[in-house]
Amino acid sequence: MSERSRLSKALQKKAFIPFIMAGDPDLATTFALLKALPAAGADVIELGVPFSDPTADGKEIQAAGIRALKSGTTLNKIFLLVAEFRLENTHTPIVLMGYYNPVYAYGIQAFCDDAVKAGVDGVILVDLPPEEEAEFATPATKAGLDLVRLISPTTNDARIKMITTAATGFVYYVSLKGVTGAAALATETVQTAVTHIKTFSALPVGVGFGIRTPEQAETVAAFADAVIVGSAIVQKIAENVDSTGKPLPTLHSTVVSFVTAMAAAVHAKG
Amino acid sequence: MTAPQHSHFGIYGGQYVAETLMPLILEVEAAYAKYKDDPAFAAEFQHYAEHYIGRPSPLYYAEKLTKKLGGAKIYLKRDELNHTGAHKINNCLGQILLAKRMGKTRIIAETGAGQHGVATATVCALFGFKCTVYMGARDVERQKPNVFRMRLLGAEIVPVTSGRQTLKDAMNEALRDWVANVDDTYYLIGTAAGPHPYPTMVRDFQSVMGHEVREQLFKAEGRLPDVLVACIGGGSNALGLFAPFLKDETVRMIGVEAGGKGIDTAYHAASLAGGKAGVLHGNRTYLLQDDNGQIKDAHSIAAGLDYPGIGPEHAALFDAGRVDYVSITDSEALEGFKLCAATEGIIPALEPSHAIAYVAKIAGDLPKDTLLVMNLCGRGDKDIFTIAEALGTEI
Repeated sequence: MSERSRLSKALQKKAFIPFIMAGDPDLATTFALLKALPAAGADVIELGVPFSDPTADGKEIQAAGIRALKSGTTLNKIFLLVAEFRLENTHTPIVLMGYYNPVYAYGIQAFCDDAVKAGVDGVILVDLPPEEEAEFATPATKAGLDLVRLISPTTNDARIKMITTAATGFVYYVSLKGVTGAAALATETVQTAVTHIKTFSALPVGVGFGIRTPEQAETVAAFADAVIVGSAIVQKIAENVDSTGKPLPTLHSTVVSFVTAMAAAVHAKG
Repeated sequence: MTAPQHSHFGIYGGQYVAETLMPLILEVEAAYAKYKDDPAFAAEFQHYAEHYIGRPSPLYYAEKLTKKLGGAKIYLKRDELNHTGAHKINNCLGQILLAKRMGKTRIIAETGAGQHGVATATVCALFGFKCTVYMGARDVERQKPNVFRMRLLGAEIVPVTSGRQTLKDAMNEALRDWVANVDDTYYLIGTAAGPHPYPTMVRDFQSVMGHEVREQLFKAEGRLPDVLVACIGGGSNALGLFAPFLKDETVRMIGVEAGGKGIDTAYHAASLAGGKAGVLHGNRTYLLQDDNGQIKDAHSIAAGLDYPGIGPEHAALFDAGRVDYVSITDSEALEGFKLCAATEGIIPALEPSHAIAYVAKIAGDLPKDTLLVMNLCGRGDKDIFTIAEALGTEI
């Protein structure tokens, strides 16, 4: 229960949620970033679990996943990373985001137990819709993990109702029809959708997919409870690895200052 | 919420897709449920099957092959004689008629060997749809004749450079396209895999082959077959042959997976022999994967079998022991190819060459009154460059 309140507590104010891929380009870089992001303004951290076939992701997060797999990133290593992070940070919630197969291969019960033990607060599984989630959702909830559900522009009212009824932690609104990082973001349409979702549920609504600049983050923060940024951050990482895939000395500071600017834009809205 | 049974085969199948796609999948499911028993839909399918595809395809008694192997009486279901040269068109016809009724205007598809891509481009030309085909860059290279064919038919070919640049990667990219173009686009999946209702729907459209075999063999021999043999990538040609016989307990069924360089090596595409249950491309099924759930690359000389998964109904039939699954290597398939060409004067595709090779292995040991039907699901014109290379010949 204490794990759970950590996520709810972090979402009581306008929250900025950066996404980084675990092990991109190596676990030491990720660890250093994890430690630095809360001070840079991250209220929650979304930590990507790499998968070989990320069908909902655009080029940037696909490439991040490839770099992470190349550096040997596995769920076991991610749990160790989170456990180590928890030795010095007990207030910033960590939400794992990825695809179902690595979790299924790890073993559903073992995953839930080990995630909670490591200090993970929630899970987002992109390819596990409500129709299929029972076998995972039941043990996850029992173990104390929040299963964050996604709502998209194609989700109709009947499904919004079904999804928000089951949801815990927050609801993740996918702000465009497309893969992560896609270009066109129509903020007015997103605002209408978020307002509509809020008539179904008191849960905080986070908005992600396609938010790339502090200006966009500020606009979205005016109506959303949380702003999630992934591809734009991951792109900063990509620009700061050398041709062999090793991190350049500039990587850490570049990512931290970008996150600082994005977080400030979100927090300016309250 | 408990997963609904109709969308699963035991624990396999299901609808593992992103929420953006979920309403579309449900729309396809509802449309298929509405039209599958609609007489007008069936009549239109029947019309084009007969006059455009050329159905029924012959069930041919392969007398020379039978004599050469010296055992079971071998019949070949000649779906390689269909318009566009493979069984793939049966499914494309069914799905394009559905897409038309759903009011979609653009079709996307994935293809490995290019047979499904050609069949899709063909029905798109016929019915006036825009068509985009995703194909692994490596497959674009090894299936040049089909790539050119698709372009002639007006399709846009997108070479996919991610991963190992084969069928799996093409399917990833097609799903990414679909999620970005949900309003006007229909995803025409080429095999009995993917999210429900595709595995069921593709099986149903392909079952035209098994139904014909049943009728044709009764006419020729007055009884049911004893053994059915078909190659398996995703498994649509096998299911199309097997499905109408699943309740006939005396009919033995054998699915032939692609053994590549051997199933004890890292280079094969035998998901049942070398994989375990997992979730990819919208369904739970057997997958080639490592201990961490990362999908492995498949390998087969036959581009159409080069996929690390298999249709979910096959996964369930495998667990239940209803169908026997075996594998044939690249080099055995080449021998099967040569045998068919030399004895019957038929140039088969590399995919059914796997089935021929397995038939050659077992037929001699079966009694002469055994009726064996093999699905000759595609012709080999597309493969001549690959085969020349494998045989060390220049064309």
